[in-house]
Amino acid sequence: MIFLQLTFSFVGANSRHKTTTNIILEHVETLPTTETARKLGVLPDEFERIQQILGRTPNFTELSIFSVMWSEHCSYKNSIVWLKTLPRESDKMLAKAGEENAGLVDIGDGLACSFKIESHNHPSALEPYQGAATGVGGINRDIFTMGARPIAQMNSLRFGNPNLAKTKWLVKGVVKGIGDYGNAFGIPTVGGEVYFDDCYNTNPLVNAFSAGIVEIGKVAKATSHGVGNPVFIVGSATGKDGIHGATFASEDISDKSNEKLPAVQVGDPFMEKLLLEASLEIINSGHVIGIQDMGAAGIICSTSEMSAKEGFGMVIDLDKVPTRQANMLPFEILLSESQERMLVVIEKGKELIVKAIFDKWDLHCAQIGEVTDTARLHFYRHGALVADVPAHDLVLGGGAPQYHRDYREPAYYQEFKKFNIDTVADVTDAELSTVARHLLSHPNVASRRWISQQYDSTVGTANLSTNRPSDAAVVRVRTPERGDLNKSLVMTVDCNGRYVKADPEIGCQIAVAEAARNIVCTGGEPMAITNNLNFGNPYVPEVYWQFVGAIKGMSKACLKFGTPVTGGNVSFYNQSSDDGPVFPTPTIGMLGLMENAAENLMTLDFKTAGDLIYLVGTSQNDIASSEYLYSFRGVRESPAPAFDLEDEYTMQQAVKTLIKNKLVVSAHDVSDGGLFVALAESALVRGLGFEVSTDANYRKDAYLFGEAQGRVVVSVRPSMQAEFQKYVGAVAKVPHALIGRVSENGFVVDAATVLSLGEAADLYQNSLGKYFE
Amino acid sequence: MKFGVVVFPGSNCDDDTVFALRYNLKQEVVKLWHKDHDLQGCDFVILPGGFSYGDYLRSGAIARFSPIMNEVVAHANRGGYVMGICNGFQIVCEAGLTPGVLLRNNGQKFISKNIYLKSQTPHSMLTAGLDPDRALKIPIAHAEGRYFADADTLKALNDNDQILFRYCDADGQMTDAANPNGSLENIAGVCNAHRNVFGMMPHPERAADAALGNTDGKLILEQLLAVLPASF
Repeated sequence: MIFLQLTFSFVGANSRHKTTTNIILEHVETLPTTETARKLGVLPDEFERIQQILGRTPNFTELSIFSVMWSEHCSYKNSIVWLKTLPRESDKMLAKAGEENAGLVDIGDGLACSFKIESHNHPSALEPYQGAATGVGGINRDIFTMGARPIAQMNSLRFGNPNLAKTKWLVKGVVKGIGDYGNAFGIPTVGGEVYFDDCYNTNPLVNAFSAGIVEIGKVAKATSHGVGNPVFIVGSATGKDGIHGATFASEDISDKSNEKLPAVQVGDPFMEKLLLEASLEIINSGHVIGIQDMGAAGIICSTSEMSAKEGFGMVIDLDKVPTRQANMLPFEILLSESQERMLVVIEKGKELIVKAIFDKWDLHCAQIGEVTDTARLHFYRHGALVADVPAHDLVLGGGAPQYHRDYREPAYYQEFKKFNIDTVADVTDAELSTVARHLLSHPNVASRRWISQQYDSTVGTANLSTNRPSDAAVVRVRTPERGDLNKSLVMTVDCNGRYVKADPEIGCQIAVAEAARNIVCTGGEPMAITNNLNFGNPYVPEVYWQFVGAIKGMSKACLKFGTPVTGGNVSFYNQSSDDGPVFPTPTIGMLGLMENAAENLMTLDFKTAGDLIYLVGTSQNDIASSEYLYSFRGVRESPAPAFDLEDEYTMQQAVKTLIKNKLVVSAHDVSDGGLFVALAESALVRGLGFEVSTDANYRKDAYLFGEAQGRVVVSVRPSMQAEFQKYVGAVAKVPHALIGRVSENGFVVDAATVLSLGEAADLYQNSLGKYFE
Repeated sequence: MKFGVVVFPGSNCDDDTVFALRYNLKQEVVKLWHKDHDLQGCDFVILPGGFSYGDYLRSGAIARFSPIMNEVVAHANRGGYVMGICNGFQIVCEAGLTPGVLLRNNGQKFISKNIYLKSQTPHSMLTAGLDPDRALKIPIAHAEGRYFADADTLKALNDNDQILFRYCDADGQMTDAANPNGSLENIAGVCNAHRNVFGMMPHPERAADAALGNTDGKLILEQLLAVLPASF
C-alpha cells in the first residue's frame, strides 16, 4: 500500500489535479480484480472498459463508483436503446425526457408542471415501510429539485395473494410507509391503483408519482459550471444506509436479499419538508447554478451527472461531508443513499446568502468542494486523493454502456392466443348474483377505501375530486401569490399487467388508452405521460421480448393520443427464484389539463333515479383476460381483451364533446370487472341502483363482465335524450346503446335483482379491508 | 380582525389556512414564524395543521416550547383569541391552553375522510351562529385525534359548556359508528374555560371554498367574523 499525504486546498486545485493520476493513492491492500468487479455487479467486459477509460486498473473506490453508475438503475444500459424510440416531442414539452430530474410540461399562464413516477420495488420487498416511504421521498425530491412545489401524489402498487401472511405484512407496511411519509410531508395523495396476483408474491411493485408546479422562468437545472463555484451538500448527514442500493435494485430478488438490508434507506419526512422549503427558497434567490437531489448512488451520482451536463469537473473533500458515524470509507460516503440530501452548486460569493437560508430551516449545509474545468471528479479523504474519474464516462448518455439485448417470443404467447371462448360456459341467470358478489368483493375490484383513507387526500385544499368523484384525480393550481388560477391538473396511473403479459404490445397500448380514457371521462385534455417500466430480468430473452413489445405499444398509443413520454423509470429484475418474473407492468402516469373545473369537471356517479344509462363504444363477445375469466372461471391463459386504437380514439373524442356540450351527467370508463362493475361504481356513490337489459347478440358474461376496451358508461337526463342521440348518432357516429336507467332499487339485470343495494355497498366498500384488519 | 397563522417548520396546513382566510373570507392575514417573538399585532392567532417539528416524539410536544408559543400563550392569557386546528389542537392541549389530550386513533391508523360534526353550544365565538341541528361535513386527516380527558376534566367541560363540536353521522346522530377515532363522548372540538382558546381536530379550512364542492367549513370560520355578543 502506497501512502502519500497531499495537503488539500481548493485554491489552485485545477492545475494540480490534472497531473495526479499517476500518484493515485490506494486505501485497500490490493487493486481489484475481475472477480472483485463481478461481485460488485460489473461484467468482465465492463471491467476492461473501465481500465481503458482510466488507463490503469481502478482502485476499489473507483470500481465502486463505476459499479453503481453503470448499474441498470443509474445507467439504463439495457433499456436506453429502446427508450429512445418513444415519442418525446410536443409543443408543450419544456424539457426533453431524461434531460432533467423530471418531465416538464407547459400548462399556460407562465406555469409548468413537473411530474414523474419512480419505483421502489426492491427496498419495499425487504422492508415495506421504509422502502415505500423513501420511494415517496425520492420522487418528491425529483420534483422540487427542479424548483417546483409538489401539489399532488399518486401511487401504483402490486402485491401477491392477499391471503398470504407475507402479503398482508407487505400491504400494511407499504401503505403505512406511503401514508406516514406523504402525510407528514403534506402533499395530498389523490389517486392510485392496486392489484393483487400470485406473480407478485415475492416481488411487490411500489411506484410513486408526484406532480409539482413551477414558474417557467424559475426552473432549476441539474447542472454545474463556473470554475471555482462552491459545491454544497445540504440536508441530512450521510450514513451507511443504502450503500449499493442502486446495484441491489439491479439484481433478482433471492433468499440472499435479506443480507442486503443495509441497502434499504430510512426516511425522514420532516427533514424532507425542511429541504423542500429551503430548496425552493435558495432557487428563488437566483444564486443557484445547479441542484440535484441525492437518490440512487448518492454523492457520486449527483456530482457526476451535474458535472457531465456541461463538461465541467469537481474537486470534493469527503472529510467535509457531514456523516452520521466516524471513519466512513470513501466508497461508503460516495455511494451512501442516505435520504433527504441535495447537492447544490451556487455562484461564488453568495455563500452567506445560501447559508442563511439553510440556517433558517435548521439544515446542515456544508461546502464540500468546487467546480473545476478538468471534466473529472477528484475525491479526497484525509488529504489524500482517493478517486479520480472522468464525469462523462460515468453517466447515461456519456460513457455508460448501452446494450442491445436479445429477445425472443416466449412459447406462452401463442398458447394464450389459442383461447376459445366456446370452451367456457356462459353465465346462467342463476349464477349472476354469484359472479356479481365475486367481482364486487374481489381485491382487484373492490373499493380501495381501506388504503386511500390512510393517505391525506385533502391537505393543500386542491383536490377537487374529494367531493366530486371522477375517473381521474383533479387538482387545482393555486399559488400563494396569485390565488386560484382556475386551472387544474388531471392525473391518473394505470396498467393492467395481466393484459401486458398476454400481449405486451396491445396490453401497453391499453394502459395508455385507459389513462387517456380516465382523463377524458373526467373532462380533461390528455397532455403527456411518465412511465414506470417494471419488468423481470432483462438478460432473459423472453422477458426482454415483453419489454420491447411494451415499448412499441406505448409508442403507438402515445402518438395517437398526442401524449409524449416526458420521462420515467425502468425497474428490471422484478423476479424471484420462487415466482419467476412478475407480470410485465409498464405503469402509465398520465397528466391532463382542465381549465375552469367548475364548468368542465365531469363526475362518475349517477345523479338521479330515472336518468338514462348509455354505453358508448362497442360491446364484444369477449371475456379474454377479464377478472371474471381469470379468477371466477379460473382460466389464466387468454389473450389481451379486444382493443382497437382507432376506435378507442374516436370514442374518446366523442365522450369529450358529450361532456363539453353537457349532454351527459356522469361518465365512467369500463375497465376491470366489465360493464357490471362500472355500473355498480357509478350507482354506489349516491346509494342508487340501476335497471339494465342485456343484448341477445352477445353472451351474457361477455356483455356484463367482459373487459373489451373502448367503452364508457354515461348517464343522460331524459330531457336531453334527443339531443344526446342526435350527437352520438348523427354527428360523432360512434356506436352507442341505451342499456337501461338509474333506479333506487338495487342492481337489476333483465328484470331480476342481482344484488340489493345494501349487500352491494357492503361488499364493495368493506371487502378489501377484511384482508388486512 | 387581523389573523396570524403560525408557521412551524413542519406545518403543512399553513398555506391552506392563509388561503381560506385571505381569499375565501377576505380577511387580513399574516404568517408568524416559529422562531419569532412577535405576534405582529394579530387579534386572532391560528395554529394550523401539520407535523410541527416532525412529531416523532408526541404530536405537539416540542412545538409548545418554540419561541412563538411563549407569545401565543401570553396572548391567550391576556384574553386574546387562539385557535388550534388538528396539529394545532394537539399543540394547544400540550401547552395547557385547552384541557385534555389527543391520543392515537383507536383504529391505530391515519384517517383521511369527510366526517360530520354538530355544534354543541351557542356560547362560543366559534359556534355562536351555527345551527345546532345541522350536521356539517368537514374533512379530518390525523393519526392522533382521539380526544381524552380524565373524568373530572370531562365533567367540568360539560358543566361549563366547553364542548364545541361532537362527531355525528350525516343525519346528525351522535353514534359510536360516527366517531372516527374513538374520541371520548364523540368530542371533536373544545374551548378553554375563558372561551377564548379553541381547538378542533377536523379541518374547516379544507371545506371553505366552493371550488372544493363543500363550504360547510366556511360556515364555521365565518363565525369568527361575527360581532361578539355582549354575553361573551
